[in-house]
Amino acid sequence: MSRKVAVFRKEHFNAAHRLYNPSWDMATNDAVFGKCNNPNFHGHNYELIVKVVGEPDPQTGYVMDLKLLSDLIRDEVLEHFDHRNLNLDTPFFKDRNPTAENICIVIYDLLRAKIDTKFDLQVRLYETERNFVEYPVNN
Amino acid sequence: MVYLTRVEHFNAAHKLYNPAWSKEKNEEVFGKCANEHWHGHNYELLVTIKGKPDPDTGFLYDVKQLSKLIQQYVLDKLDHKNLNIDVDFMQGQLCSTENLAIAIWQQLQPHLPPVVQLHCIKLYETPRIYVEYFGE
Repeated sequence: MSRKVAVFRKEHFNAAHRLYNPSWDMATNDAVFGKCNNPNFHGHNYELIVKVVGEPDPQTGYVMDLKLLSDLIRDEVLEHFDHRNLNLDTPFFKDRNPTAENICIVIYDLLRAKIDTKFDLQVRLYETERNFVEYPVNN
Repeated sequence: MVYLTRVEHFNAAHKLYNPAWSKEKNEEVFGKCANEHWHGHNYELLVTIKGKPDPDTGFLYDVKQLSKLIQQYVLDKLDHKNLNIDVDFMQGQLCSTENLAIAIWQQLQPHLPPVVQLHCIKLYETPRIYVEYFGE
């Protein structure tokens, strides 16, 4: 009988961003995004929870060494996002809005490329204590 | 003496950058916090007042009213803003949490009624970093 266990690693990054659609005028952006459209940016302490699901290795007892997972998140995600401006400093949001939803998808794709496909992967991202997103769903 | 605290929050961008220094010196002193394009935080603000409860209401002060004052004189100016660019009372200052806490005290204190004594502005930049200012 397979016994799958989910392991979680929590990290954080502090970043500036702006939510707007460059093909809309300012009035439409203000109407849709409100204060989040500030052209001078605003920011958040993002909290990131990465979930890896698999069977514990019979040799180590680990699903995945969480120190390795932490290093991976640091190198593949935090290096790009921490203390950065998501709109100006990263290549990921040139053609999409750095909403929590899209940031979560980007982070998933960055980690999925480096984590063995034998593991299921899910990313939860808190933009504030009250607003958070997950991707993928039904995982 | 009773101490009453109202907790609020605001989300803002900032950078730590001394315009009198070179870019290299700013990076050496402030590290990643000197990013010229800013970074950001969910700030948590705790405003503490002190005094004795009113015998008729049992209140030190109506905390809904305190919240309105904080909204009007502090949060409306800081929330979803760029602290370096958008905030009139931070112009000419380094946007550290220390300076921001002092500035918030100075913004709020004049608008509190005489019966209310402001005791402390406590400002969390992150869950692990906070400052306290007692008006001294």
